[in-house]
Amino acid sequence: MNGSEIFGAWVAVFLTLGIFSYLYKDNPFYKIAEHVFVGVSAGYWMSMAFWTQVQPNLFGRLWPVPEGEIAGFFMRIWYGIYNIFGFVLPSVFPTGGIDKGHGTDPHFMYILPFALGIMMLLSVINKLSWLARLGIAYTVGMAAGLRAYAFLNSNVLGQIKGSAVSFVDMPLFSLTGVSIFNNLVIIVGTVTGLLYFYFSKEHAGNFGKVTRVGIYFLMISFGASFGFAVMGRISLLIGRFTDLISYGGATYHYASIWVLLLMVVLLIVWTIKGDKKTAS
Amino acid sequence: MKDKQFWSVAGSIFVLFMIYWFLGHPFFVTERGVMFWAILIVGGVLIYSTRMAKRGEKIFLRNIPGLKAVEEAVGRSTEMGKPVLYVPGIMDMDQVETVAGVVVLGHVAKMTARYETSLNVPVSRAIVMKAARESCRESYLLEGRPDLFHDDMVHYLTDDQFAYAAGVNGIMMREEPAACLYMGKFYAESLLLAETGNSIGAIQIAGTASPSQIPFFVTACDYTLIGEEFFAASAYLSQEPELIGGVKGQDSLKILAISMMIVGTVFNFFHDLGWISWDILSYLTVQ
Repeated sequence: MNGSEIFGAWVAVFLTLGIFSYLYKDNPFYKIAEHVFVGVSAGYWMSMAFWTQVQPNLFGRLWPVPEGEIAGFFMRIWYGIYNIFGFVLPSVFPTGGIDKGHGTDPHFMYILPFALGIMMLLSVINKLSWLARLGIAYTVGMAAGLRAYAFLNSNVLGQIKGSAVSFVDMPLFSLTGVSIFNNLVIIVGTVTGLLYFYFSKEHAGNFGKVTRVGIYFLMISFGASFGFAVMGRISLLIGRFTDLISYGGATYHYASIWVLLLMVVLLIVWTIKGDKKTAS
Repeated sequence: MKDKQFWSVAGSIFVLFMIYWFLGHPFFVTERGVMFWAILIVGGVLIYSTRMAKRGEKIFLRNIPGLKAVEEAVGRSTEMGKPVLYVPGIMDMDQVETVAGVVVLGHVAKMTARYETSLNVPVSRAIVMKAARESCRESYLLEGRPDLFHDDMVHYLTDDQFAYAAGVNGIMMREEPAACLYMGKFYAESLLLAETGNSIGAIQIAGTASPSQIPFFVTACDYTLIGEEFFAASAYLSQEPELIGGVKGQDSLKILAISMMIVGTVFNFFHDLGWISWDILSYLTVQ
């Protein structure tokens, strides 16, 4: 076990226990862990987005490594712009082009997302901040159009198809497999659940009774989903405790125990000091 | 668009399509005919309902308690002199829930501008930050209170799911908002946020269409807008005829879908018994 691994374990223990200390109340340890977590992740995500998306997928397509000599007036200008960028940021724009497996010809279609990205950045200039709206409009419009087809297919046609159940050649009742009773539950649950979301009629009288059946179905499914998710969370907690226990061993110089003891002592001191300040 | 213009355009499109059809309809994938009809019917019903609402025909919409509570929550914050916290989810603007969340944020911002209440909107995506900022700025302008708007009321925390949750929890513990509104797309952070909001005694209203997260909000929040209720929220809050017409159109489509489910079940039953040879399920499958 080398020094950096042991140091990493101590940091992991401190951050884990710092987050857990929130169960007591908001305190300096939680604040440290929270701010480190938020700050580091913001930086990490920005870096990841740049080096896994922008650089290889955008710049890599706009300026791939050309095959042989750069020919033609336009292409010389195009790669001339690249060389200027390369002079300023050689690590992002290496000499000769970016080789990320996107062929050897520039994909000029990608000028559009590049321009939209620059427009988003221009929002820092007050007079040009309106340009950022184009990027937002593109994102929303593109997503609406792209997802309309998929939603119509899976959420409407797929649902109708899935609800048109069969009642032939199957047992009357089964706890686990397909049965007439289970299929009846599917169709009744779907229809009444859908009717609950009917807004242009008051949920009263017979219609109200039907929609109440729908909300019962919804609540039962939410309950099942809740239980399932809680089980998953418990397994995450067990995973964290397993790490803490292993870091509490001699290999890691009893990191969990020392950090826990120190944290408890400091929290007691902090609480007593806080109480005195409040009293005075 | 006036009725005459609308029918002229619709008629022209129909005539052009008929010409295209009788010319042999090249590039038309016949196996996907069901999708073509579905888009046509959905689009037609929505356009009809929207135009009906615009003409001024009265459309009844039942009450949704969670939406009434939004104004109460902002009012409560005003009385207590505490801020309103609005969380628009953790996903980007390409998710329909986030778009709905930003639209509802606009209405909430109008209320906070009217009541001169402080609004805090931490976001986890850059584009959402920009869109939410624009939405709030417009609302404050419309309410005649641009002086109360400042860019920092919508601020970026981080893209990371749990770091974002930790950051929002920290804001909740320190600022102790009187109202916490969660409207957007959520994942595992939903319970972390709602539990913290509950522990500080804030009135909490959530709205999401994520089926796996609704149970957590139902458990920990005072009001939850479930799925479609959340999407209908902007129509309820704005009372704009176009949006109300859209809700009415969606209701009509739900009735159509239920009818198709029942008809589909009956036809499927007859097919399974061998009484008819036509398999409706294969027709509903998009190739």
